[in-house]
Formats: sequence, C-alpha cells, structure tokens
Amino acid sequence: MQKKLWIILAMVFVIPGLLFTASCAKKAVKEDTSMSQQAQDEAEKAKQEELARQRAIEEARLEEEAIQKAKDNFLNEDIHFEFDSAVLAQDAQEILKTKAEWLQNNPNVKSTVEGHCDDRGTLEYNLALGERRASSAKSFLVDLGIAASRLTTISYGEERPVDPGQNEAAWAKNRRCHFTIN
Amino acid sequence: MRRCRIKIFWLIVIISFWAVPGMSRAGYDYIDISQPFLRKIPMAVPWFKNVSSGHKTDQLSKSASDLLAETLEFTGFFKLLDRDAFLVAPQTDAAFASVNFHDWTSIGAELLVTGGVLIQDDLVEIELRLYDTFKGQLLVGKRYKGRVEDIRKIIRRFCGEVIYTLTGDRGIFNTEIAFVSTGTGNKEIYICEFDGYNPRQLTHTHNITLSPAWSSDGEWLAYTSYEKGKPDLYIKNLRENRGYVVAKKGINTTPAWFPNKFELAATLSFSDDPEIYLLTGTGKIIKRLTYNKGIDVSPTWSPDGKSLAFVSKRSGTPQIYIKDLNSGQVKRLTFQGRYNTQPSWSPRGDKVAYSGMENGHNNIFVVGIDDQGPIQLTHDEGDNESPSWSPDGNLIVFASTREGPSRIYVMTSYGTDQRRLLVLKGRQTEPKWSPRMINK
Repeated sequence: MQKKLWIILAMVFVIPGLLFTASCAKKAVKEDTSMSQQAQDEAEKAKQEELARQRAIEEARLEEEAIQKAKDNFLNEDIHFEFDSAVLAQDAQEILKTKAEWLQNNPNVKSTVEGHCDDRGTLEYNLALGERRASSAKSFLVDLGIAASRLTTISYGEERPVDPGQNEAAWAKNRRCHFTIN
Repeated sequence: MRRCRIKIFWLIVIISFWAVPGMSRAGYDYIDISQPFLRKIPMAVPWFKNVSSGHKTDQLSKSASDLLAETLEFTGFFKLLDRDAFLVAPQTDAAFASVNFHDWTSIGAELLVTGGVLIQDDLVEIELRLYDTFKGQLLVGKRYKGRVEDIRKIIRRFCGEVIYTLTGDRGIFNTEIAFVSTGTGNKEIYICEFDGYNPRQLTHTHNITLSPAWSSDGEWLAYTSYEKGKPDLYIKNLRENRGYVVAKKGINTTPAWFPNKFELAATLSFSDDPEIYLLTGTGKIIKRLTYNKGIDVSPTWSPDGKSLAFVSKRSGTPQIYIKDLNSGQVKRLTFQGRYNTQPSWSPRGDKVAYSGMENGHNNIFVVGIDDQGPIQLTHDEGDNESPSWSPDGNLIVFASTREGPSRIYVMTSYGTDQRRLLVLKGRQTEPKWSPRMINK
C-alpha cells in the first residue's frame, strides 16, 4: 500500500522533471555557440535538475510523513470520557471525525474500538461501561459513513489502565476508547 | 483443568455415637439465629488427651485441638477462652474421665470440647465431646477413625456436628471460596477452603479471567475469560473436564446460577446494549430478563428463584433494582449514594449485600428487601468490594485494599470480626462463597 503510493509519487514528480530536462537541452543547442557559455548553462541546468529532484524527494517524504502521521494519530489519539459516562464530549467528537476521515481514506482498514474505564468503579459494572463507551464511538463513526462491518468493539473494563496512578489525572487518562487496526 | 478428588473421605469412620438425652432438635437455644453475634458464647477447648504415647500423638493432640478451636471460632459464635486461664492443666485426664464442670463454669466457660487421640501406625482414632458446663450435660459425642492426614476433615466434621447441635444448621465447614488472583501475572481463578486453607489455581487461561459463579450443587463454575481475546462466558464442570462457552459479540459476563437448576443469568451485549438473559447450563438463551436502554448487569437470584436483583443505570446512576419474575415489575432497592453495584442476595432471602461508593471509595452495605436499612458494614479502610454470603447466611466474604493490595476478608453478616482469609502473591479479588458441598 505505502510502497505503491511511493511509486506513484515518484512518477508524478520525477517524470515531468525528466521531460523538462529534455526540452531544455534542445533549446540550449539552438541558442548559444559559445562553448564556455554552453558549459555554464549546462552546469546551471544540472544544478536545477538536481534541485528539482531533491525537491521531489523531499515532497514525497513529507507526503509519506503526513500519511504515517495520520495513521499514528488514528492509533494513538484516544478519546476520553467523564466518570461513569459513555457520552461523547465535543473534543471526542472532533477526534472521531478525524478518525472517520482517515478510515474513509483507507477503505481496506478494519479497526477495533477498545473501551476502558478508571478503576474507581466496580469491575463487573466497568466491563459493561467499557462496552457502552466502545459502542458509542462505533455508532458515531457509523453515522459518519463508516461501514459497521469494518468496526469491532471490545471492552476491557478497568483491566488495562494506561496510568496506574490514583489521582484525577490518571483516572481521566484511563477513561478512554483506544483504536487499533486489525 | 484436572481435579482428582478421590473420595478418601469415606475412610473416616464414625465408630460410635452418644445419643443426647433430653436434647430435642427444637431446643437450639444456644445460638439465636436471628441475632447470632449479639453475644459470643464462652467456650473452652483444652488440649486433647494423649491416649497413645509418643511424640506424634502429643503433636497431633495439640494441633487438632488448636484446629478445632480455630474452626469453631471462625463462625463468630464463640469466644475461645485462653488456656492459661484454665483451672486444670491444659491437657488433662479430667477432660476425658469425669469432667468437673465447676472447674469450667468458674472461669466462665459455658461450652467445653474435650478430646482423646490414639495413633496406631498411620491411623488415628479420635473421640470428641461437646458439653454444656452449666447443665453438666453431654451435648454431642463422636468417635472417628481415619488416616492421620485426614485429621482436618475429621475435625471439621465434628465442628459441623457442634454447629448443628447448637443452631440446627449444618454450617459452612464443607464449603469453599472461589476468587480471582493475579499471582501468575494474569487474573486467574483460584479455589480455597472456607477458612483460606489449601488455595489452588483452577484456570490456566494466561489471560484476564473474572467473576466466578458456583452452581447450587457446587458441580459447576461459570466465569468470564479473555482466553480467546474477548470476554466470553465459560461454564465448566469441576469434576469432569467438560463445559460450554458463550462467545457472542460484545461482553458475556456476570454469571449467576438459578437456584437448584442447571440454568444461569448472565449479561450479554450482542444487541450493542448490556442486558441480562436467562441461559441454559449449556449456554443457550432461554429468555431476556431486562429491557432498558443502557447498562443492566450483575444479576443475583433470590433463594426461591422468584426474583432477580441486578444493577441498572436506568435512573442515571448505577443502582440496584429487583425484578419480580412473575409480575415482571421492577422496583428500585437502593436510594442512598450515586454508585451502588455488586448485589448479592442473602441465603435467607431477606437482605441484599452490595458495594456502595461514597467519596470515591467503595464500602459494603446490607439492605433489607423490605427497605430496612441500608447498614454500612465496612468503614474508612481502603476499598471494600464484592460481597458474597456464606451459605448459612452468617458470614460475608469480600475483597478489601485496607492493607494495600486487594486481599480476601471475612466478616459476620453484621460487620463484626473482620479478618483476612489468606495471603497470596499478587492481588486477590471477586470472592464467591460456594454452596455446601454434598460430597465433602
């Protein structure tokens, strides 16, 4: 998938570059008779070509980076919840919109939505709450046009905290939905 | 899982039985079942007499009398008197020939247990008697013969006789406690005896395993495990290596066996909403029991099977509700606090124990079905969760973080005599008291 993209990008930037080189070369032959001028021009041309090539590489790299970053964001950016709540807050909805966009751009990806809780509640109830959180997130994505068949939910309740601390900051981090790619 | 429970038990032979004259079964006036912990009965257990000679007999006499004292004390009914306060030597002939009851009444002992131990090769013969010291009456007397290593079973069996004589109830000495422990690095289910003795690992799922639930006959244990990557419900026979799995989409959790039937309630979320269903013991859905958008979880049956208590968020916070299965009516049971979960219906049917959260900490409460209470049983000592009743209704086992990592504790149903049951590596949570085991 990524390899293919790379090749396409390379073709987009490198082939016009080659054409440009070819046409310039022709012109150069017609215009100047001075050998030194010609040599100078050719050096300049080579320099420009090299710069163009490097720019293309850089742009491809940036593009690649952006793709990777979008993927990393999808995987690393959790959405968070209030205590004993599966309601999607505004910021959680914004994050989910980005995730929906990414899923639309990557139609072959299937994802699992993990629902997690802080450990202040009780275990059995938290398993149900984690399930509610995961299915809230899934429903939101489905409403944004992602096929339900691409999304699985799993609740871990309070079994997998990201932060074992016993304070509001840790609890807030643990009340989350995390996304993985199947 | 493989459990070889060879029935060596039948090698323990009860050789003789003294009928108790004038002791009618209606006369259980020693322990008032309705208020069993109001006053602990002072009891003396002198060291048993060595009938045979030798170091082995002496050792067994002492360890068996200590074990008997500890086992009876576990019930919370008795106050065991210090042997240093005895007027007679702690190990004395008087305990066996003719007891001078005045020696015991004058130190306040109302009950007295004496014993004699005879060891021949690997066999032990032990005679045990329970006396009412004020009436000067023998209440129960038994002689057991068995292998030396079965002494614990012999002592427990006699303790069962003592409790039956005093309360009319068979007691809890043939029960076990299932719980979850993280000793291996994963949550796995363990089982120990009622007093914490002999803990052993039951599951080897190498993944998260939770919420054990005993069937009424003690033959089956249901639990949730992520063994296949998601929370599925496993229904396992404890004697034979067979069982069933409920692996529907979503969560398959909180099993609760229907009283005296091969059926169980559980929470399933295949409809995208956690609801409680009634299942066959083989895991097939019989019917749906709750109808409410939002969380419904943690069912517990009334002992007659006519009602179901469970946790629901239908009013905005998790609270305990009771559903009458005949009328289909649901009434709310808990009104204090904003987070009440983990209901456990008492074996006598009159109360529900649960965990209630206040100021960020869980504590154990008991509320009457008739809306009496609630009464708070644990206070200001870490989180106290997962109450489960002993089958006689006198004790409650629970998990607490009062000493740091979560451990299993026991208390009376009135919250007195709180003590740790056992210490194992890792954290111990979700204790469930078994029913009485018929074959133990």
